[in-house]
Amino acid sequence: MDYGAYDQAGGQPSSPPPPRAIKILLAGGFGVGKTTLVGAVSEIKPLRTEELLSEGSVRTDSTQGVEAKTTTTVAMDFGRISLRSDLVLYLFGTPGQQRFWFMWDELAIGALGAVVLADTRRLADSFPAIDYFERREIPFIVALNVFDGARRYAIEDVRTALDLEPGLPMVLCDARSRESAKEVLIALVEHVLATASQESVSGIA
Amino acid sequence: MPADDERWLDAEAGPVVRPYALTQGRTRHTGASFDLVATVMATRARVADPSSMAPEHMNVLQLARAPTTVADIASDVDLPLGVVRIILADLRELGLVAISTPVTPATRIDTHTLREVLNGLRGL
Repeated sequence: MDYGAYDQAGGQPSSPPPPRAIKILLAGGFGVGKTTLVGAVSEIKPLRTEELLSEGSVRTDSTQGVEAKTTTTVAMDFGRISLRSDLVLYLFGTPGQQRFWFMWDELAIGALGAVVLADTRRLADSFPAIDYFERREIPFIVALNVFDGARRYAIEDVRTALDLEPGLPMVLCDARSRESAKEVLIALVEHVLATASQESVSGIA
Repeated sequence: MPADDERWLDAEAGPVVRPYALTQGRTRHTGASFDLVATVMATRARVADPSSMAPEHMNVLQLARAPTTVADIASDVDLPLGVVRIILADLRELGLVAISTPVTPATRIDTHTLREVLNGLRGL
Protein backbone atom coordinates (compact mmCIF):
# COMPACT_ATOMS: atom_id res chain seq x y z
CA MET A 1 0.00 0.00 0.00
CA ASP A 2 1.20 3.46 -0.76
CA TYR A 3 0.98 5.26 2.57
CA GLY A 4 3.13 8.09 1.27
CA ALA A 5 0.46 9.18 -1.15
CA TYR A 6 -2.20 8.90 1.56
CA ASP A 7 -0.18 11.08 3.90
CA GLN A 8 0.26 13.70 1.26
CA ALA A 9 -3.43 13.85 0.55
CA GLY A 10 -4.82 13.74 4.05
CA GLY A 11 -1.99 14.54 6.41
CA GLN A 12 -1.55 17.83 8.21
CA PRO A 13 1.65 19.75 7.80
CA SER A 14 3.97 18.70 10.57
CA SER A 15 4.07 21.64 12.96
CA PRO A 16 4.65 21.47 16.70
CA PRO A 17 1.46 21.41 18.77
CA PRO A 18 0.40 24.88 19.99
CA PRO A 19 1.69 25.73 23.47
CA ARG A 20 -0.60 25.27 26.43
CA ALA A 21 -1.90 28.61 27.63
CA ILE A 22 -2.38 29.15 31.36
CA LYS A 23 -4.29 32.14 32.69
CA ILE A 24 -3.62 33.98 35.93
CA LEU A 25 -5.80 36.87 37.04
CA LEU A 26 -4.54 39.93 38.82
CA ALA A 27 -7.16 42.03 40.54
CA GLY A 28 -7.00 45.13 42.64
CA GLY A 29 -8.06 48.74 42.85
CA PHE A 30 -6.81 51.52 40.60
CA GLY A 31 -3.24 52.57 41.27
CA VAL A 32 -2.40 49.55 43.40
CA GLY A 33 0.42 48.46 41.11
CA LYS A 34 -1.15 45.88 38.77
CA THR A 35 0.49 47.32 35.66
CA THR A 36 3.81 47.59 37.47
CA LEU A 37 3.68 43.99 38.64
CA VAL A 38 2.75 42.61 35.22
CA GLY A 39 5.50 44.71 33.64
CA ALA A 40 8.06 43.55 36.18
CA VAL A 41 7.66 39.88 35.39
CA SER A 42 6.56 39.77 31.76
CA GLU A 43 6.50 41.54 28.47
CA ILE A 44 3.48 43.80 28.73
CA LYS A 45 1.19 44.12 25.76
CA PRO A 46 -1.70 46.50 25.16
CA LEU A 47 -5.13 44.94 25.28
CA ARG A 48 -8.42 46.75 25.08
CA THR A 49 -11.87 45.53 25.61
CA GLU A 50 -14.79 47.63 24.54
CA GLU A 51 -17.96 46.11 25.78
CA LEU A 52 -21.52 47.04 26.36
CA LEU A 53 -22.39 46.92 30.00
CA SER A 54 -25.38 44.70 30.27
CA GLU A 55 -28.29 46.06 32.21
CA GLY A 56 -27.48 43.53 34.87
CA SER A 57 -24.02 44.96 35.39
CA VAL A 58 -25.33 48.49 35.39
CA ARG A 59 -27.80 47.73 38.13
CA THR A 60 -25.07 46.55 40.47
CA ASP A 61 -22.87 49.45 39.48
CA SER A 62 -22.65 52.05 42.18
CA THR A 63 -21.37 54.75 39.80
CA GLN A 64 -23.82 57.60 39.71
CA GLY A 65 -25.11 58.88 36.40
CA VAL A 66 -24.56 55.70 34.43
CA GLU A 67 -27.46 55.27 32.06
CA ALA A 68 -29.26 52.01 31.53
CA LYS A 69 -27.50 51.38 28.26
CA THR A 70 -23.89 52.34 28.09
CA THR A 71 -20.51 51.30 26.84
CA THR A 72 -17.19 51.09 28.50
CA THR A 73 -13.66 51.02 27.22
CA VAL A 74 -11.31 49.22 29.50
CA ALA A 75 -7.60 48.73 29.13
CA MET A 76 -6.47 45.47 30.60
CA ASP A 77 -2.99 44.72 31.79
CA PHE A 78 -1.90 41.84 29.66
CA GLY A 79 1.37 40.02 30.09
CA ARG A 80 2.80 36.94 28.47
CA ILE A 81 5.51 34.75 29.99
CA SER A 82 6.94 31.89 27.96
CA LEU A 83 7.84 29.31 30.59
CA ARG A 84 8.82 26.74 28.00
CA SER A 85 8.31 26.39 24.30
CA ASP A 86 5.13 24.44 25.03
CA LEU A 87 3.87 26.30 28.09
CA VAL A 88 2.89 29.96 28.20
CA LEU A 89 1.56 31.92 31.15
CA TYR A 90 -0.85 34.78 30.50
CA LEU A 91 -1.44 37.46 33.10
CA PHE A 92 -4.61 39.52 32.94
CA GLY A 93 -4.93 42.49 35.23
CA THR A 94 -8.38 43.94 35.62
CA PRO A 95 -9.72 46.73 37.79
CA GLY A 96 -11.17 45.56 41.06
CA GLN A 97 -14.44 47.45 41.00
CA GLN A 98 -17.68 45.55 40.72
CA ARG A 99 -18.48 47.23 37.44
CA PHE A 100 -15.74 45.20 35.79
CA TRP A 101 -17.02 41.85 36.95
CA PHE A 102 -18.36 41.18 33.48
CA MET A 103 -14.72 40.89 32.41
CA TRP A 104 -13.73 38.71 35.31
CA ASP A 105 -16.49 36.24 34.61
CA GLU A 106 -14.88 35.22 31.37
CA LEU A 107 -11.32 35.61 32.56
CA ALA A 108 -11.96 33.32 35.49
CA ILE A 109 -13.10 30.39 33.38
CA GLY A 110 -10.30 27.85 33.33
CA ALA A 111 -7.89 30.19 35.11
CA LEU A 112 -5.20 28.73 37.32
CA GLY A 113 -6.08 31.22 40.01
CA ALA A 114 -5.93 34.86 40.99
CA VAL A 115 -3.78 37.34 42.84
CA VAL A 116 -5.49 40.17 44.69
CA LEU A 117 -3.02 43.01 44.87
CA ALA A 118 -3.68 45.17 47.92
CA ASP A 119 -2.35 48.43 49.29
CA THR A 120 -2.46 49.07 53.05
CA ARG A 121 -3.47 52.68 52.41
CA ARG A 122 -6.61 51.55 50.62
CA LEU A 123 -7.39 48.09 51.88
CA ALA A 124 -11.11 48.46 51.24
CA ASP A 125 -10.39 48.60 47.49
CA SER A 126 -9.53 44.91 47.58
CA PHE A 127 -12.76 43.79 49.29
CA PRO A 128 -14.78 43.34 46.08
CA ALA A 129 -12.07 41.19 44.50
CA ILE A 130 -11.71 39.01 47.60
CA ASP A 131 -15.50 38.59 47.79
CA TYR A 132 -15.64 37.72 44.12
CA PHE A 133 -13.03 34.96 44.25
CA GLU A 134 -14.32 33.55 47.53
CA ARG A 135 -17.87 33.30 46.23
CA ARG A 136 -16.84 31.61 43.01
CA GLU A 137 -14.33 29.36 44.75
CA ILE A 138 -11.51 30.54 42.52
CA PRO A 139 -8.21 29.90 44.27
CA PHE A 140 -6.42 33.13 45.09
CA ILE A 141 -3.81 34.73 47.30
CA VAL A 142 -3.42 38.28 48.54
CA ALA A 143 -0.24 40.16 47.70
CA LEU A 144 0.37 43.27 49.72
CA ASN A 145 2.25 45.83 47.67
CA VAL A 146 4.55 47.60 50.08
CA PHE A 147 4.87 51.16 48.88
CA ASP A 148 7.68 53.45 49.92
CA GLY A 149 6.53 55.69 52.70
CA ALA A 150 3.43 53.67 53.47
CA ARG A 151 3.02 52.75 57.10
CA ARG A 152 4.12 49.18 57.76
CA TYR A 153 1.44 47.13 59.42
CA ALA A 154 1.83 43.78 61.06
CA ILE A 155 0.79 41.18 58.52
CA GLU A 156 -1.66 39.70 61.02
CA ASP A 157 -3.41 43.06 61.40
CA VAL A 158 -3.88 43.27 57.65
CA ARG A 159 -5.19 39.70 57.55
CA THR A 160 -7.72 40.60 60.20
CA ALA A 161 -8.71 43.78 58.40
CA LEU A 162 -9.29 41.82 55.20
CA ASP A 163 -11.08 39.04 57.11
CA LEU A 164 -9.09 36.37 55.28
CA GLU A 165 -9.68 32.66 55.77
CA PRO A 166 -6.97 31.14 58.01
CA GLY A 167 -5.38 29.04 55.25
CA LEU A 168 -5.27 31.79 52.69
CA PRO A 169 -1.75 32.93 51.90
CA MET A 170 -0.84 36.58 52.08
CA VAL A 171 2.54 37.71 50.83
CA LEU A 172 4.34 41.02 50.90
CA CYS A 173 5.71 42.22 47.61
CA ASP A 174 7.35 45.04 45.78
CA ALA A 175 5.50 45.18 42.49
CA ARG A 176 8.45 46.90 40.82
CA SER A 177 10.81 44.01 41.43
CA ARG A 178 10.94 41.13 39.01
CA GLU A 179 12.06 38.71 41.75
CA SER A 180 9.26 39.85 44.02
CA ALA A 181 6.62 39.58 41.28
CA LYS A 182 7.91 36.10 40.48
CA GLU A 183 7.60 35.11 44.15
CA VAL A 184 3.98 36.27 44.14
CA LEU A 185 3.16 34.02 41.19
CA ILE A 186 5.07 31.13 42.77
CA ALA A 187 3.12 31.60 46.02
CA LEU A 188 -0.13 31.42 44.05
CA VAL A 189 0.80 28.23 42.19
CA GLU A 190 2.00 26.64 45.44
CA HIS A 191 -1.31 27.52 47.08
CA VAL A 192 -3.30 26.07 44.17
CA LEU A 193 -1.18 22.90 44.30
CA ALA A 194 -1.66 22.56 48.06
CA THR A 195 -5.42 23.06 47.69
CA ALA A 196 -5.57 20.52 44.86
CA SER A 197 -3.73 17.86 46.89
CA GLN A 198 -5.95 18.51 49.93
CA GLU A 199 -9.00 18.01 47.74
CA SER A 200 -7.68 14.75 46.32
CA VAL A 201 -6.83 13.49 49.86
CA SER A 202 -10.29 14.31 51.20
CA GLY A 203 -11.75 12.73 48.06
CA ILE A 204 -10.06 9.42 48.91
CA ALA A 205 -11.08 9.59 52.59
CA MET B 1 -34.08 43.82 28.16
CA PRO B 2 -33.82 45.26 24.67
CA ALA B 3 -33.29 43.08 21.64
CA ASP B 4 -29.67 42.80 20.57
CA ASP B 5 -30.12 45.01 17.53
CA GLU B 6 -31.65 47.82 19.56
CA ARG B 7 -28.70 48.21 21.88
CA TRP B 8 -26.98 50.46 19.42
CA LEU B 9 -29.69 52.97 18.89
CA ASP B 10 -28.81 55.36 21.65
CA ALA B 11 -26.43 58.27 21.94
CA GLU B 12 -24.29 56.39 24.43
CA ALA B 13 -23.22 54.02 21.69
CA GLY B 14 -21.05 56.72 20.12
CA PRO B 15 -17.57 55.59 21.14
CA VAL B 16 -18.05 52.05 19.91
CA VAL B 17 -19.27 52.90 16.44
CA ARG B 18 -15.85 53.10 14.86
CA PRO B 19 -14.38 49.72 15.83
CA TYR B 20 -17.68 47.92 15.56
CA ALA B 21 -18.25 49.35 12.07
CA LEU B 22 -15.76 46.67 11.03
CA THR B 23 -18.22 44.09 12.23
CA GLN B 24 -21.26 45.72 10.60
CA GLY B 25 -22.45 46.69 14.03
CA ARG B 26 -22.54 43.16 15.38
CA THR B 27 -21.55 42.83 19.00
CA ARG B 28 -22.01 39.10 19.34
CA HIS B 29 -20.12 36.54 17.35
CA THR B 30 -21.63 33.48 15.76
CA GLY B 31 -21.04 29.88 16.75
CA ALA B 32 -19.50 28.41 19.87
CA SER B 33 -17.85 30.86 22.24
CA PHE B 34 -14.13 30.83 22.80
CA ASP B 35 -11.79 31.78 25.55
CA LEU B 36 -9.29 34.62 25.66
CA VAL B 37 -6.44 32.15 25.53
CA ALA B 38 -8.07 29.76 23.07
CA THR B 39 -5.60 28.70 20.40
CA VAL B 40 -6.21 30.19 16.99
CA MET B 41 -4.64 28.66 13.91
CA ALA B 42 -5.19 29.34 10.24
CA THR B 43 -6.36 26.32 8.30
CA ARG B 44 -4.81 25.60 4.95
CA ALA B 45 -8.01 26.62 3.18
CA ARG B 46 -7.55 29.25 0.51
CA VAL B 47 -9.34 32.56 0.65
CA ALA B 48 -11.85 32.30 -2.18
CA ASP B 49 -12.03 36.01 -2.89
CA PRO B 50 -9.41 38.07 -1.05
CA SER B 51 -10.84 41.34 -2.39
CA SER B 52 -14.09 40.67 -0.53
CA MET B 53 -12.33 40.52 2.82
CA ALA B 54 -11.80 43.55 5.02
CA PRO B 55 -8.14 44.38 5.67
CA GLU B 56 -8.67 43.68 9.36
CA HIS B 57 -9.89 40.17 8.56
CA MET B 58 -6.85 39.57 6.35
CA ASN B 59 -4.63 40.98 9.08
CA VAL B 60 -6.04 38.64 11.71
CA LEU B 61 -5.77 35.71 9.33
CA GLN B 62 -2.13 36.59 8.69
CA LEU B 63 -1.36 36.58 12.42
CA ALA B 64 -2.94 33.15 12.81
CA ARG B 65 -0.49 31.53 10.35
CA ALA B 66 1.42 30.37 13.41
CA PRO B 67 -0.62 29.17 16.39
CA THR B 68 -1.55 32.09 18.61
CA THR B 69 -4.30 33.10 21.03
CA VAL B 70 -7.33 35.37 20.88
CA ALA B 71 -5.73 37.79 23.36
CA ASP B 72 -2.42 37.90 21.45
CA ILE B 73 -4.23 38.71 18.22
CA ALA B 74 -6.34 41.45 19.84
CA SER B 75 -3.19 42.99 21.26
CA ASP B 76 -1.27 42.76 17.99
CA VAL B 77 -4.00 44.27 15.80
CA ASP B 78 -4.87 46.81 18.52
CA LEU B 79 -8.59 46.28 18.27
CA PRO B 80 -10.93 45.68 21.21
CA LEU B 81 -11.39 42.06 22.15
CA GLY B 82 -15.06 42.08 21.26
CA VAL B 83 -14.29 43.13 17.70
CA VAL B 84 -11.53 40.57 17.30
CA ARG B 85 -13.84 37.82 18.53
CA ILE B 86 -16.35 38.68 15.81
CA ILE B 87 -13.67 38.78 13.12
CA LEU B 88 -12.39 35.40 14.29
CA ALA B 89 -15.87 33.91 14.29
CA ASP B 90 -16.32 35.18 10.71
CA LEU B 91 -13.06 33.55 9.68
CA ARG B 92 -14.07 30.35 11.43
CA GLU B 93 -17.39 30.33 9.57
CA LEU B 94 -15.46 30.63 6.30
CA GLY B 95 -13.33 27.68 7.37
CA LEU B 96 -10.18 29.81 7.41
CA VAL B 97 -9.25 29.44 11.07
CA ALA B 98 -9.66 26.77 13.71
CA ILE B 99 -10.23 27.89 17.29
CA SER B 100 -9.79 25.51 20.15
CA THR B 101 -10.39 26.07 23.82
CA PRO B 102 -8.33 23.70 25.92
CA VAL B 103 -10.23 24.36 29.12
CA THR B 104 -13.84 24.02 30.15
CA PRO B 105 -15.37 25.83 33.10
CA ALA B 106 -15.58 22.67 35.16
CA THR B 107 -12.00 21.50 34.75
CA ARG B 108 -9.29 22.64 37.06
CA ILE B 109 -5.73 22.59 35.83
CA ASP B 110 -4.21 19.21 36.67
CA THR B 111 -1.45 18.95 39.26
CA HIS B 112 1.08 17.81 36.68
CA THR B 113 0.63 21.05 34.73
CA LEU B 114 0.69 23.06 37.96
CA ARG B 115 4.07 21.58 38.83
CA GLU B 116 5.36 22.40 35.36
CA VAL B 117 4.21 26.01 35.79
CA LEU B 118 5.86 26.15 39.20
CA ASN B 119 9.16 24.84 37.85
CA GLY B 120 8.94 27.22 34.92
CA LEU B 121 8.43 30.20 37.21
CA ARG B 122 11.28 29.18 39.49
CA GLY B 123 13.54 28.92 36.47
CA LEU B 124 12.79 32.42 35.21
